[in-house]
Amino acid sequence: MKPGNRQKRILQGSTDLAVLKPFRYSAAGGAYDLQFSRWLADFSPWHLLLLMLAACLWPGIVLAQSGYTTAQAMDALWRWLPFLVSKGFLLNLIVSFLTMLIGTLAGVLLGLGQISPLRPLARLCWFLTQLFRNSPWLVLLFIVMLSFPFEITIGDTVYPIPDWIKAVFGLALPIMANISEIVRGAIQSVPTGQWEAAESLAYTRQQTLWLVILPQCFKRMIPPWMNWYAILTMATPLISLLGVEEIVTLSRQAMEAEDNHPELLVPFFGFALVIFFAYCYPIARYTLRLEKRFAVKG
Amino acid sequence: MTDTGWTPDQPLVSIRDVHKSFGELEVLKGVSLDVMKGEVICVIGPSGSGKSTLIRCVNALNPINSGSILVEGQEVNDPHLDKLELRKKVGMVFQQYNLFPHKTALENIMMAPLKVLKQPREEVEERSRALIKRVNLVGKENNYPGELSGGQQQRVAIARSLAMDPDVMLFDEVTAALDPETVNEVLLAIKDLAQRGMTCILVTHEMGFAREVADHIYFTDRGIIVEHGPPATFFSDAKDPRTKEFLSQIL
Repeated sequence: MKPGNRQKRILQGSTDLAVLKPFRYSAAGGAYDLQFSRWLADFSPWHLLLLMLAACLWPGIVLAQSGYTTAQAMDALWRWLPFLVSKGFLLNLIVSFLTMLIGTLAGVLLGLGQISPLRPLARLCWFLTQLFRNSPWLVLLFIVMLSFPFEITIGDTVYPIPDWIKAVFGLALPIMANISEIVRGAIQSVPTGQWEAAESLAYTRQQTLWLVILPQCFKRMIPPWMNWYAILTMATPLISLLGVEEIVTLSRQAMEAEDNHPELLVPFFGFALVIFFAYCYPIARYTLRLEKRFAVKG
Repeated sequence: MTDTGWTPDQPLVSIRDVHKSFGELEVLKGVSLDVMKGEVICVIGPSGSGKSTLIRCVNALNPINSGSILVEGQEVNDPHLDKLELRKKVGMVFQQYNLFPHKTALENIMMAPLKVLKQPREEVEERSRALIKRVNLVGKENNYPGELSGGQQQRVAIARSLAMDPDVMLFDEVTAALDPETVNEVLLAIKDLAQRGMTCILVTHEMGFAREVADHIYFTDRGIIVEHGPPATFFSDAKDPRTKEFLSQIL
């Protein structure tokens, strides 16, 4: 075996982490990389409900002597619920929207950079993509949180930067890198004949890209893009570790206000699980439906 | 466009001693040929003999390693070549059609004159509809490539290339991917073009067609031209043993 081949095989075969491999599309234009959506969409909502009910009984049995019942815990949850949703989960959603917006804009630029004919630019964009795609999200979050100023001064006015804005930028880095891969993969999945035909008709590279290539890959980018949105939304509670007052932080505060009874744990965190599931599950289902539709049409 | 001093009595395409390698594989080993204005030449030969590579070099899709290709006096093998200007003069049709799947037949034809040549829309549309008529596709203007047969797609591709009003057309095995029953409609479109005086370089496996339309036939094998001549003599008194063997297998 030639050394080149062996190295290639090692590069491709030595990891089971999908994220370490280059993003791929099938010949039909579908994306291979939708594991998260597939896993989530395969779930039956009833499983989760049953699990919740069973879990609610658990502390009631074990800690029955404490005098605080599961019914009381559910009651507490019911009282806190509007607050948790309107102040907590809403912030998770806002963070997810903004992160996706910034991550997508930056990711598209980085992805286009990866296929630039300017070699140094392409290498740089490739490097940034790989760096942020393969770094732990929490580490990126901490770096951004601690290195960004907590306020900026423009003219005479001092603008404070709230933590959640910094968290948006921290989360946008890995999203940007993954969108960059989606864009690069989609562009490279368009047959070279399309480039050659456009070139032969005297299109410039820019015209070829914007008039011929990108319109063809737009559709195939949507399912993996939505896949990443669902992953991102599920990951937003990470920012509770940095003190951002999203749903998990507020749940913990609420439980403290309710005297930290252990019976509160399962209802409160269980509710967080359910609300994330209820939000992301339809997205995952829809992602797979789009994937199927676009793949058939090609 | 730079003035090259080219006049129509000189060859429109002049290929001299062209060498081309892909890595260590040398596919063209010194090919020379001339194409006069209005001439139709066919390049035939076994697969892998370098004939497709040769015509892809003419519009600079493939760079050559050495030698010279002049198109209307403009050197293609020049690092400062204005590829866009060259490609406005040289049309190309591919084996796989390569129509833009997200655009209708008419849009495929109109796009390049509109976006590249920046011509006014009404004029382009009028010309494009006339081309649709010429390739016998009236009624298919608003169909997407996926809704057309291979032969219809290939005729759209020919019209798309003609819409740029090129001086020479390159055809790269344009019937090789077609169903047998649609080959003829494409050949008819090319024949019509040839009769109107378009300069054409065809790479083809259609011997009967080559005999009928070509002014000159070149036979390539392993990167060189082993024999050439007008169809009348080429098919009847081939001298080179490789040409004879090839012709005996095909005809």
